[in-house]
Amino acid sequence: MNRKLQDLLLILPGVGWLTVFMVIPCLIVFFYAFLERGVYGGIEYTYNLQNFVRAFEPVYFSIFLMSAKIATLSTVISVLIAYPAAYAISLAPREKQMRYLFLVMLPFWSNYLIRTYAWIVLLNREGLINNGLESLGLIEEPLPILYNQFSIVTGLVYNYLPFVILAIYSSIQRLNPEIREASEDLGAPSWKTFMRVTLPLTLPGVAAGAVFVFVLSIGNFITPDLLGGGRIQMVGNLIYDQFLSARDWPFGAALSMILIFIMMVLLFAQAVAVNRAQAQRSTADA
Amino acid sequence: MPSARRASPVLNLHLGLVYLFLYAPIAVLMVLSFNRGGMPTAWTGFSFDWYVTLVHSPEIISSALNTLIVAVSSTLIATVLGTLLALGVERRRASSGLDALLFAPMIIPDIVLAIALLSFFTLLEFTLGLYSIILSHVVFNIAFVCAVVRTRLKHFDHSIVEASIDLGASDFTTFTRITLPVIFPGVLAGALLAFTLSVDEFIIAFFTAGAGSSSTTLPMRIYSMIRFGVTPEINAMATIVMLFSFTLVFLSQRANKGTLAGQ
Repeated sequence: MNRKLQDLLLILPGVGWLTVFMVIPCLIVFFYAFLERGVYGGIEYTYNLQNFVRAFEPVYFSIFLMSAKIATLSTVISVLIAYPAAYAISLAPREKQMRYLFLVMLPFWSNYLIRTYAWIVLLNREGLINNGLESLGLIEEPLPILYNQFSIVTGLVYNYLPFVILAIYSSIQRLNPEIREASEDLGAPSWKTFMRVTLPLTLPGVAAGAVFVFVLSIGNFITPDLLGGGRIQMVGNLIYDQFLSARDWPFGAALSMILIFIMMVLLFAQAVAVNRAQAQRSTADA
Repeated sequence: MPSARRASPVLNLHLGLVYLFLYAPIAVLMVLSFNRGGMPTAWTGFSFDWYVTLVHSPEIISSALNTLIVAVSSTLIATVLGTLLALGVERRRASSGLDALLFAPMIIPDIVLAIALLSFFTLLEFTLGLYSIILSHVVFNIAFVCAVVRTRLKHFDHSIVEASIDLGASDFTTFTRITLPVIFPGVLAGALLAFTLSVDEFIIAFFTAGAGSSSTTLPMRIYSMIRFGVTPEINAMATIVMLFSFTLVFLSQRANKGTLAGQ
């Protein structure tokens, strides 16, 4: 059998599956975004941009803004927590690093619903945190820490932090130690070496982790649904409602396409930034 | 180069707090699942009552069975397709289009993939149920299996394949006797990971399960329990599901040392 044909036979089933059950469904949604809701909730085949115009009405636009704000907060906090943690792991003895990293990633592979539910138990009015603070006499009234932006951001940071640590760790790992040593041999204090050498060279890892958290946060459904308690809506909840309660599929489709568009722009920007950083690094290595 | 670099105590303290942040919420659920009173406010004695309640609930058992059917079927399909895909992709020149297609299922918001699949099945008038969940779960499982096997193939010494063919072995013999045994740990690790993801997946299953309760999966049951309020049964359920995933991930890691940590 010739090699080209073999390659094709290996690749075709998988690519075919992804095409039929991912690419085509997404194209259908793209197509629906330009249609209209029928009187009884069906789909009317009249093409226009009405759904996209509607997405920018204040009611809906404010939900996009809220989602972007929550995603931004979660991203910034995750990176601030993850960087020093990844750095600490990279300084541990070599044989222990993998074990530390495995412990970071372990919760990431477990049930998302349950990891989110754990925060309801911790944060509710009679929850462990409020109860603990009350019995210590630090507060008299339970703190309102559940069903608001705080609890949503906490949940998102909790769920995605492992991945950010992993992304930053791998970029620190790839760092050429000689560059840092050169900087120190030339008399730079270690904070200066960090700010001028280590940090800039590990920014691609930070960018990868940050884009990942942002993209998964802005399109999230479960976290705002469970930890927002219906008081805060994000785009994911809006899409859910359009498909299951309002039965306005075309509008829900348009919202999904806007979400995908935001995601693609960010991933593209990240790819460009990483390429630029790699070009810089090869000059630095040379 | 034995570096003199050591983490400062402040950095290590930070790392310790990160582990506390990651594991304390899980530990709390596990401890509470053995609390007789069931409520987080007071410890009223050790008991297995909540586990007994779970085992005696026919809804829980039937949804656990559904989850098992979905996870086993989608993992089997995805492991075969994902492994073939990884073998094919690694033999070719890098293609960014193909890489994007393989990366997409991991990064696309679940809710978007869920409504896309619902639209697709509805348009085709495909009856929703366990079949549609299985077809849908294969999508993200292929991507994960393929990624794990590709990492394994990166360390694969292709000269042994050439040696086998030079010595007159057929392509098929070379595959079953050389390639497969070498990549098998990666395949197993990918399959275990895919199984874990499928067992835990909620939104896509929720949208593609259809209206009847006969295709309710365990995560769908957990979701409605959580929406209903904080009940002690959830803690017992959470403990079982968590320990189950941890075991699978641990086995996957053992099967394929280092791959999960991204190396």
